[in-house]
Amino acid sequence: MNALVVASAGNALVWIVWVVAAFACLASALAVVSFSNPFYSALALIGNLGSLAVMYLLLSAEFVAAAQVLVYAGAVIVMFLFVIAYVGPRRETPWSGGPSWQTFGAVAAAGALLVEIVVAVGMQASGSLSHSGTVGSHFGTPAWIGRVFLVDHLLAFEITSVVLLVAAVGGVILGSHARRTA
Amino acid sequence: MQGPAVAWYIALAACLFGIGALGVLIRRNTLVILLSLELMLNAGNLALIALSRHWHNGAGQIFALAVMAIAASEVCVGLGLVVALNRRNLSLDVDTLSELRG
Repeated sequence: MNALVVASAGNALVWIVWVVAAFACLASALAVVSFSNPFYSALALIGNLGSLAVMYLLLSAEFVAAAQVLVYAGAVIVMFLFVIAYVGPRRETPWSGGPSWQTFGAVAAAGALLVEIVVAVGMQASGSLSHSGTVGSHFGTPAWIGRVFLVDHLLAFEITSVVLLVAAVGGVILGSHARRTA
Repeated sequence: MQGPAVAWYIALAACLFGIGALGVLIRRNTLVILLSLELMLNAGNLALIALSRHWHNGAGQIFALAVMAIAASEVCVGLGLVVALNRRNLSLDVDTLSELRG
């Protein structure tokens, strides 16, 4: 009886954390899209990434949550902020009497995409996604991730490193070429 | 699994993806379009990790880490393009960058 009460209290706690994180996630995503200053958009994306890291912790993916905070909030967003500061405060030019049907078309297209995803997932897997299960305590730990990564998925690991190297070389070439021809 | 079922996570990921797609379609600043792309990639990551937990399969988390690396590469090249555009004193508005239009 006591264990049952503890389990239901833990369940309610997980639900509360999930609802708060989901609300923060959606609100910060809307903020990213709707701020007119890209600096504020990048700052709102930090909140989005943080609440997604909370989601990953709820899904017992500790290593991915840590990598999310380190790689995204630590590296990618800092690079964004550097470039936004380098480019300077350029506000988006207001709609110059342009066709506002583009806005309606964009909203309709995004809504259609959302409906399509929901319908496709619901038709394919609505029954199999509702049951629940438990995972072992080793699931998602760095040691387990490392074993899966370097034993089962070694080729993906190596190809990822090659892609990162090519992207870094491409970034350097883009920057230096622009300086020579400017 | 304690807490919400995996379908809730999938629904949240679909909403995030829709918001990111809306940002890509509706905004004209190159930097904000790149940020919205990050939103879409993160929605995909959330779905991958939720289903990885659901099926007790580690491949979803591995794929999410690979998506993170791809996102870093994309930001590297995209921000390189933004810096190159800025050095040539071009506008960052995607509606005016129509030199390659056929």
